[in-house]
Order: sequence, then C-alpha cells, then structure tokens
Amino acid sequence: MPIAMPDLRPVMPEIIMTVLALSILMADLLIKRKETVAFLSIISVGVVAYALAGSMGTTFNGMFVSDGYSMFFKLIFILNVILTVLISVKYIVIERVNFGEYYSLILFSTLGMMIMASAGDLIVLYLGLELMALSTYILAGFIRYDIKSNEAAMKYFLLGAFASAFLLYGTSMIYGLTGTTDLKAISAYIVKNGLASNPILMLSMILFAVAFSFKIAAVPFHMWAPDAYEGAPTSITAFMSVGPKAAGFAVLGRVFMIAFGTVKIEWAGILIPIAILTMGVGNIVALSQTNIKRMLAYSSIAHAGYMLLGIIAGTGEGMSSVLNYMLIYAFMNIGAFAVVIMLRSEGFKGDSISDYEGLAKTHPMAAALMLVFMFSLTGIPPTAGFMGKFYVFMSAIHAGYTWLVIIAVIFSAISAYFYLRIVMYMYMKEPKEAVQLTTSPAIGLALAITVTAVLFIGILPSIFVNFARAAVAGF
Amino acid sequence: MMEQVIMNNLGFPILSALIFLPVVGAALILFVNRSQESVIKWFSLVISIMTFILSIPLFTNFDKTTHLMQFVERYDWIPTWNITYYLGLDGISVLFVLLSTLITILCVLISWNAIKTKTKEFYISILIMEGAMIGVFCSLDFFLFYLFWEAMLIPMYLLIGVWGGPNRIYAAVKFFLYTLIGSVLMLVGIIVLYFYAGNTFDILELMTKTYPYNMQIWLFWAFFAAFAVKVPMFPVHTWLPDAHTEAPTAGSVILAAVLIKMGAYGFLRFSLPLFPEASRAMTPIMLLLSVTAIIYGAVICLAQTDLKRLIAYSSVSHMGFVTLGIFAMNAQGMEGGILQMLNHGVVTGALFLSVGIIYDRTHTREIADYGGVASVMPVYATAFMIFTLASIGLPATNGFIGEFLIILGGFKASQLSGVLAATGIIIGAGYMLWLYQRVFFMETNQKVLGLKDMDAREVITLLPMVVLIFWIGIYPNTFLGFMHESVRHLLERVNTGNVHEIVTAKNIIGFIK
Repeated sequence: MPIAMPDLRPVMPEIIMTVLALSILMADLLIKRKETVAFLSIISVGVVAYALAGSMGTTFNGMFVSDGYSMFFKLIFILNVILTVLISVKYIVIERVNFGEYYSLILFSTLGMMIMASAGDLIVLYLGLELMALSTYILAGFIRYDIKSNEAAMKYFLLGAFASAFLLYGTSMIYGLTGTTDLKAISAYIVKNGLASNPILMLSMILFAVAFSFKIAAVPFHMWAPDAYEGAPTSITAFMSVGPKAAGFAVLGRVFMIAFGTVKIEWAGILIPIAILTMGVGNIVALSQTNIKRMLAYSSIAHAGYMLLGIIAGTGEGMSSVLNYMLIYAFMNIGAFAVVIMLRSEGFKGDSISDYEGLAKTHPMAAALMLVFMFSLTGIPPTAGFMGKFYVFMSAIHAGYTWLVIIAVIFSAISAYFYLRIVMYMYMKEPKEAVQLTTSPAIGLALAITVTAVLFIGILPSIFVNFARAAVAGF
Repeated sequence: MMEQVIMNNLGFPILSALIFLPVVGAALILFVNRSQESVIKWFSLVISIMTFILSIPLFTNFDKTTHLMQFVERYDWIPTWNITYYLGLDGISVLFVLLSTLITILCVLISWNAIKTKTKEFYISILIMEGAMIGVFCSLDFFLFYLFWEAMLIPMYLLIGVWGGPNRIYAAVKFFLYTLIGSVLMLVGIIVLYFYAGNTFDILELMTKTYPYNMQIWLFWAFFAAFAVKVPMFPVHTWLPDAHTEAPTAGSVILAAVLIKMGAYGFLRFSLPLFPEASRAMTPIMLLLSVTAIIYGAVICLAQTDLKRLIAYSSVSHMGFVTLGIFAMNAQGMEGGILQMLNHGVVTGALFLSVGIIYDRTHTREIADYGGVASVMPVYATAFMIFTLASIGLPATNGFIGEFLIILGGFKASQLSGVLAATGIIIGAGYMLWLYQRVFFMETNQKVLGLKDMDAREVITLLPMVVLIFWIGIYPNTFLGFMHESVRHLLERVNTGNVHEIVTAKNIIGFIK
C-alpha cells in the first residue's frame, strides 16, 4: 500500500516552531548576549504567527485540526510568549539564571500548547499536553539554587503527572467504549448507540474533567497552583498563569463540545460544582494572602471559575466568550505580573503585598498601571476585565444559568476586596522604605502593550468579540 | 424600532461634550508636572467652569412641553451585542446634570487649600467623577448606564480612601463593596431583561414592553439591590455615615449632592416604568422602609457628636422623604421627590461645604470642640443659618417646597406614612437647631478664638447654594416646570394595567393603616 504524504500545510506553524526552537537551542551555544536569544525567540513566534495565516485545514486523518478556534488560541499563546519574554529579559539577570535554555523551553512549552489547541484526537492531545507540561515543570524550577523554586517544580510535576494519568485513564476508557480516539468519531459513536446515560461514558467524562481541571487549576484540583506560582520565577508564573490555562481551556472546550457535544446536560452537571467551588475557593482564600504571587495564584484560580461558566453554557456564544475572556485575561494578568517583576531588584524580593505600601508616592506611574490592572481583574468598567466577565455572564444567562451567574457576580464582588487591597496599599499608605524599581525598555513595552489593550478592549470590545465569534463559527 | 425622541439640535453634541470635556481635562492633567500644583488647580477650575457654561443650554433650551427625550445622540457602539452609545435627557434627569456641573466647580474651589498631597491625582479623580456622573444621568442605553454607574466607583473609592479622615480606608472599602454587590445584582437583572426583550439594551425600547409579573418582582428586587444601597435606604444605609464622614470635603459634597441621588433616579428611571406592577405591589414595603429611614435617621442624628456624621445621618432621613415621595405614586409626591433630590443636593452639599470650611481651620469635627463661632465668624454663621433653616424646611427656603409636596403626596398614598413623615420634620428641626446652637452660640470655645471669617473664595463657593435655596423656595416653578410632563408620563405608565396585589403586600398595607 503506497503511503500518501499527508498535507503538511495545517501543521506548518508547529513545524516552523519546532525548527526555530531547536535552532535557538543550538544558537544559544554561540551567542554570549542572552538578550539576543530573547530577541530571536520573539522573532520566531512572529514568524510562526505569520505562518498561521495560511494554515487552515485538517490533516493526518483528522488527528490535527487547524481551524479558527485553534488559531485564536495559538495567537493567545504567541502573545503570551512575546509578553513573557519581554518581562523576562532583565528579570532573569537579577535572578542569576540568565541562560538561553530559558527561552527555548518557553518555545517548546508553547509548541505543546499549540498542538493541544489543534488536537482532533485524544492521542495528539496527550502528546501536546506532555510537551507543554514537561517544559513548564523545568521552567518552574529554573532558579536551581532557590529551594522554593525547586519545591514549585516538584509539586507541579507530581500533581501534573497525576493529572496526565487521569487523562490517559479517561482516554483508555473512551477507547474501550467506542473503539476510537478521534473526537468526531467518539461523538458519532455516542449518538449512534445512544450512550447518553452510559456509566462508562460518565466515568470517562469525569476523568477528563479532572485532568483538565488540573491544568486550568480548578478547585479541588488546584492544590499545586499557589505553591507553584509562588516558587516559580515570576516571569514563569505569568507565563504559567496564561499559557497552560488557555491550553487547558482549549482542550476542555474541544473535547467536551465536539466529542461529548451530544451529552451536554451530563457534563454540565460535572462542571457546575467545579465552577462554583473554583470561584468560591479562589476568591475567598485570596482574601487572606500576604504574598502577591500567591494572591494572584488564587485570583487566577477564580478566573478559571468564571471562564468555566462559558463552557457550561455549552453554546457557541459561550465558547466565544471564553476565548474573549482568555485573551483579556492574558493582557491584564501579565500586565499585573509585569509590575510585580519590576519590584524585584538585587537583594529585594518585592513579592510581599506590604511592599506595595506607598508605591503611588514613590513610583506613581507603576502604581497607576497596577491600579488599572487591579480594577480590570476585579471587572470594573471601563476596563477589559469588565467586558470579559460581561460576555461570559451574558452567554451563561442566555443558556439559562441565571442562578449560576448570580453566584458568580457575588464572588466577583467579593474579589474586589483583595484586588482593592493592593490599590489601598499603594495609594492610601505611606511608604516604609524606598522601593527600587527595576525597569527596562522591554518591560516598558510589555506594560505599554498590556495597559493599552486593557483600556482599549474596555471601551471598544467589538473587534475582539467579533474575532472570538468568528473563531468558534466553524465549531 | 425607534422611540420618539427629539434629536439634539444645538449644532454640537452637547451631552457628549459634557461627559468628555472633564475626562479629557483629567487626561491632560496627567501630563502636567506634579510639582506645579497651582497649574493643576487652575486648570481643573477652568475645565469645571467650562463644563458648567456648556451645560447652560440644557437649562435654557429645554422644551418643557414634552416628556420626550431631548438633546438625543445615538451612535452604534458595540453592534455585536446591539449596544448603542445613546444619550438623552428628560425632565427627570436634566436638573441633575446641571447640579453635577455646578457641584464640581464648588468641589474644586473648596479643595483649593485643603488638599495638600497627591494634588494631581485628586483633581484627576474629581474631573473623571464629573464625567461619569453626567454619563449616568444621560445614558439611554442600559449597558452605557451600567458602565458609568460602575466606573464612578473608582474615583470615588480613591477620593475617600486617599484624601479622607483617619478611618478612611475602612470607609472606602465599605463604600466600594456595598455599592458593588448591589450593582452586580442589577447587572444580572439587566442581562435577563436584555434577552427577554429581544436583545436590546435600549431603555426606551425596554419600556415599551410588558414583562410577566413574576419576572417583574425578581427584577424589581435585583434593581432594588443596586438603587437602595445607593440612596441609601434603610437597612442598607450603613456605608453612608462612614463614607460621608471620612471623605474629604469635596468627596462628601459629591456623595451627598449627586451620588446618592442616583439611587432615587434609578427608581424613577428604571424600576417604576419597567416594572410598574411590581412597583405598585411593593409600594407598601417601600413606604415602610422610607418612613423608617426618615424617623430612624432623624433620631440617630440627635445622638451624634461628630459634625459630619450628623449631617450624614440627616441624609438618610432626607432621602427617606425622597423615596417616600417617589413611591407615593402620585404627581405631588413624585414631583416633590424629584425636587427634594435637588434640594437635598443643594442643602446638604452646602452643609458639607460649610463644615469643610471650618474644618480647614480647626481640623476637628467634634461638635464639643466648637461653641460661640457666631461671634468670631459672623458671615459664616449667617450662611450656615440659611442652610440649617433650609434643611429643616422653613417656608421660603427650598426644603419647605419639597417636603410639603412629599408629605402631601405621602398623605394621599397612606395617611399614616404622611403623619409619620411629618414627625421626621419636627425631629429634624430639633437636631439641626440644637447643632446650630452648640456650634455657633453658647460659650465661646478656646479653640475657635481668632478664627478668620470666610475669604472671598469660600464666599463664592457658598453663594450659588444660597441663591438656589431661595430661588427654589420662592419660585419653585422654574424647576418644577421641567418635570411636569415627564412625571405625568411616568405616572401614566405606572398606573395603568392590571393591578396585581400579593398577599404579603396586602397584609403590610393593613399593618400600615
């Protein structure tokens, strides 16, 4: 039997990414100035973004799907890389881990995410997930001499491995039940054989939900997040809080909407309690944090809870609201982390909330930026955070989950307390000691991009909303 | 479907200009070096005066013979969700825009010497606040309304928390959380309404629909959560004494004069016309809460030892009159309620300004630290006397007209609530005159000896308020004329349709009677 060459166009961005990431790994041996490596990695994702444009299509017998949905997520990943690299350049020098591998690992991790977003088959999904996770574990422990960073990597690795096991278990069950790992074929099989209330199907959906909940840090599978976020290098915390979470939502959306699209009621029943717990625990535990990275970890858990509402809605509108939220979240969260990173300087950790006392007096510009990001994370107009939440809540209400939205808005109001606490420390307290800011043109650029996006989307969300809508149109 | 409205025909988009002039001004201040404080102050003053001058055509060109929305502007904004940038004014809202533009000037003036730290941020906050306040009163799209309604929290939070008194952080957070929780529930209500009415946030279009009774009840309470906190109605008033007391003078004035009017405005603009049956059914509860607020607020005033806190609690009492008038559901009550909103803005705003003037000199708010001020500051004492009498509601001052109409309307709606509200006035006279006596008469306190009387800037700040008090008090028709048509139209909308009465509501009527 002659083997036909598969159509490589849809997978071209990933191939380019692989080649470029490998060459950066090699080039690193020759390049002394690591800033050059950082610059090259931004160029690389730029090339990948360019290649994305012509990559629409399905290949490898439907195992790899490049559609509007995956495209949208890939752009979020690329954005994530650009912003992370920009905030890393100076920071990893201060942390004394200025190695080129840092950037190639970020690229490999992102490659994994891209494969996840395009997975039309559970095996490809697993492949991407492992590539992403393994690279991220290393990044989390990148500050080798710091015990907390080691702990972060270890915890993340152990619990991540656990999650992978759940995923494999779910996959094997679904394979046993339907005889396929192709998402569309699974759906077709379920419909054909009327498996809606099959206990094995239910069990495998639960296992998938558990595995993905780990990745998006949803309660009760969030235990790794606060420690991993606190211990990891701050730039990687920013990276982790957006990239893997977005990838998790990408596969969550695709698997549940495509493979299990016909049994929405069943899996909504699994996800609703997870969403409520996630919003509840995330927002309430965040109230008592004294470390800003931990606080943002819990805040990131809470945001996963809001986004789950869009998935639970189970409609195209719900999915596009999740995409939109994810994009907005990427801007506002990395923006907030950029400010956190600026406070880190030689011999000063700057990750305690009390370090923000009087920042408005010593560094009014940084304080004003943080103020915008905090209000955006709270979801107060006219910031992007409000538009994100509004769209998610709107789609959930449209799908009939008004009661769930009432719970969500109340938790969202509670969240105001801990976000405002940062504002309160910055503006309403007197500075204790002079905090030195570590600035660089790169981080300045990252802040400019994020704050502009947060305010722009907050006032004119149309472009992004339409983009997100178009992305799920072919779903 | 387009409601009948009167498009703006002034030749320039007046409402947009009013909203964005202060915001652009605030943005420009960003570029001023923070050490140049006098530039910042003068610039803010100029911007606020320009905004006020710009708002005068609203007063002179307003067509009083129609209830239709006027000065309307409408553009597509977020077509995906069918959201429009839709502004307009009617007889209910027009006066509050004017009040906002006036109050902002006074706030800039009163803060001239009082604000010494972070001056730049202060004036930015004040100007953004002005834009958002005007936006709230002008919005005819629910989404736009909500945007302004919430955006306002940011500068207000900062005003209280950064430049406030000793307990400012607590007060700021409390203010923010109370308001936010109320608002988000309203947001859910707005979205539910949006889908029920066929994907529209257009307020005028929403008003043409009828909603099932059960849904009305739910939505009424969802909106109540937002508006009652803002008014504030008993029992969610507890943020108010803290916020008003701890805020800097300008913050207290904005809160008292404009911000808390938005709650009552919300009832008038949204709750009543959108949910007429539910509003009628809930009237007894609303009247009960209003009367409770009137009497409770007044009695608590008698026990206050802090100047600002006393005035703050008097706001609870006065706003009780306003909600009583609104839910009396007749022309007198409603017009009285709207007029009283304006009156309260003027009088309480003036009282907070006056307290600010003396606080700048003595830095104490304790009533016990004063005494005999009339002998050292006679001009000031005179002004304060006028405000006190207006607050009590003496004939020839604006307070009399408003409260008289409300009690008349309240009496028609429920005799008992009219009678009880009237006792509120008596207690009001008690605490205000007693306050005046303790601060201005009696033995001269050592601490007030040698205080300088008001300077020109302070006199100018208070003068517009004195003028308004007598203008409304002697010739209220200038102002009532604005609202006749709109109120008549609103009452038509509220009082038609089937009367639904629920059992609990009946019981409460029985109880009140």
